[in-house]
Amino acid sequence: MTQTTLPPVEKTQPKSAPHGTISDRSRAERKLGWMLAGPAFLVMLAVTAYPIAQAAYDSLFRYRLTDPDNRSFNGLSNYWVILSDNLWWTALGVTMLITVITVLVELVLGFALAMVMAKMLSSIRPVVRAAILIPYAVITVVSAFAWQFAFDIDTGFVNSWFAWIPGVSADTDWFGGQGTSLLVICLAEIWKTTPFISLLLLAGLAQVPEVLQEAAKVDGASWWQRLWKVTLPNMKAAIMVALLFRTLDAFRVFDSIFIMTNGANNTESVSFLAYRQTISRLEIGLGSAVSVLLFLCVVLLAGLFIKGFKVDLASARGEG
Amino acid sequence: MSRREKTWWIVAGVAILIYCLFPIAWIVSVSLKAPSDLTNGQFLPTNSTLVNYREILTGGSKDLFLPALRNSFGICLIATAISCLLAMFAAYAIARLDFPGKKLILSTALVVAIFPVISIVTPLFNVWRQIGLYDTWPGLIIPYLSLTLPISIWTMSAFFREIPWEMEQAAQVDGATTWQAFRKVIVPLAAPGVFTTAIIAFFIAWNDFIYGISLTSTDAARPVPAALGLFSGASQFENPTGPIAAAAVIVTIPVVVLVLLFQRRIVAGLTNGAVKG
Repeated sequence: MTQTTLPPVEKTQPKSAPHGTISDRSRAERKLGWMLAGPAFLVMLAVTAYPIAQAAYDSLFRYRLTDPDNRSFNGLSNYWVILSDNLWWTALGVTMLITVITVLVELVLGFALAMVMAKMLSSIRPVVRAAILIPYAVITVVSAFAWQFAFDIDTGFVNSWFAWIPGVSADTDWFGGQGTSLLVICLAEIWKTTPFISLLLLAGLAQVPEVLQEAAKVDGASWWQRLWKVTLPNMKAAIMVALLFRTLDAFRVFDSIFIMTNGANNTESVSFLAYRQTISRLEIGLGSAVSVLLFLCVVLLAGLFIKGFKVDLASARGEG
Repeated sequence: MSRREKTWWIVAGVAILIYCLFPIAWIVSVSLKAPSDLTNGQFLPTNSTLVNYREILTGGSKDLFLPALRNSFGICLIATAISCLLAMFAAYAIARLDFPGKKLILSTALVVAIFPVISIVTPLFNVWRQIGLYDTWPGLIIPYLSLTLPISIWTMSAFFREIPWEMEQAAQVDGATTWQAFRKVIVPLAAPGVFTTAIIAFFIAWNDFIYGISLTSTDAARPVPAALGLFSGASQFENPTGPIAAAAVIVTIPVVVLVLLFQRRIVAGLTNGAVKG
């Protein structure tokens, strides 16, 4: 059985002027367009392009805020210091681990939630929809505290509730080691962001043509076959958008780590490393270099997604 | 639908409800525990008490919490208002006019949205100190625009695209002046989109932590999440868990109210901006 998708429907966008000659009207429209959208565009550039350029410049200097007189140009040696240090590679490893685990679990769980919500009785749908927005809307710091308190050896209830699981007892210190700390961090992240993914996937589900489902049913396809051959291929765009956004978002993980472990036991993420260098240690040069490296990682990831998976965000928005 | 199937869907719905509300219920429960009760190892307090709320609202920690609450509301509302205003013009141009650069603006918004916040903080930390914006409201409002503006542009242009703009001309043909057509026809059609966008932008600003802890040092500008993260109790011998939980509950109330009132719109806004066929 081959994948079944409907041919894309050609979008007809009204064109205000025929190609070739630029009329006065379209020139005026062009000018008005930029006059209206220009300020927003400039502000976006000012709050991101300028800082990252400044960071790239700062990263070339040996510069500590507590010792400003000794600021000196030292080329790429900050990058060399970072890339030859285990701290960076540990942080990168932790970040990638958290990203992969949370995004995979969120996709599967989010899809399950979306499937349930799609079929839900209309009488209870508003209640569930409101509930599902709550994890999304709650402050990450609050969610991190809730999960930390729950697993904490003193204030938590997890140890006494789950003592029947081998390895869990009254004195299990979840934040005493790297593995268990990361597990709780991942749980908190998954709880908070799965609802958002499920809403995106629910919107995608709604776009799967009912005709195809019915046709597959008539042809005797099982539920599982319909899921893999009809549903998933038809919502590929929604899945890819959710995947792209969440991956890049997860890669910036910071809040939960700050609250739960403060980077102890090798749970530092790349964002946390940059924060600690700049804000805590006042090493502007080194911190900037970490920031630039993190930025490059994100650009690389986004590039891989867009080229590798052929995510066409513009067409996903009907912009193509 | 058969009776059995119906029961099954209700069970699934209840499971989702528990999933979503359990950690919230837990933090509420912690906030109601007395200091001696915190380590009871149980989900619920033995005796509920409001002592933690008194501590942060009128007691020793009020100077830590209340200014932070004021800062958060002020900074987030101003940042939301500015980005909605800017986004309104941009979204109108994107939805309504035909000009080269539309795609550039939308892709820029996308790039800004996925930009690692910490990469913006590092240079700002240094520059803000030099030009006196460190630990001030504008010092947070400006970087908050990097969080709220891209999502506002995306969400609002998705909403504006669905507005039947021809109705404006129709009203004018029927004898309305340009101003009347705008006020009586376009504003009511566009308002829900603008409003929803504002809610989503506010959520995102309200959630910020990195800018809050990095670009402030006192209660002159420190927002709630940062104050919570750095909260260590009125004295060092006090366990801050209870007051933190109480403060966490208080800052969660506004978002829960917004969600309950506007859930349908928020869902439309979140999904319109990202997925649209």
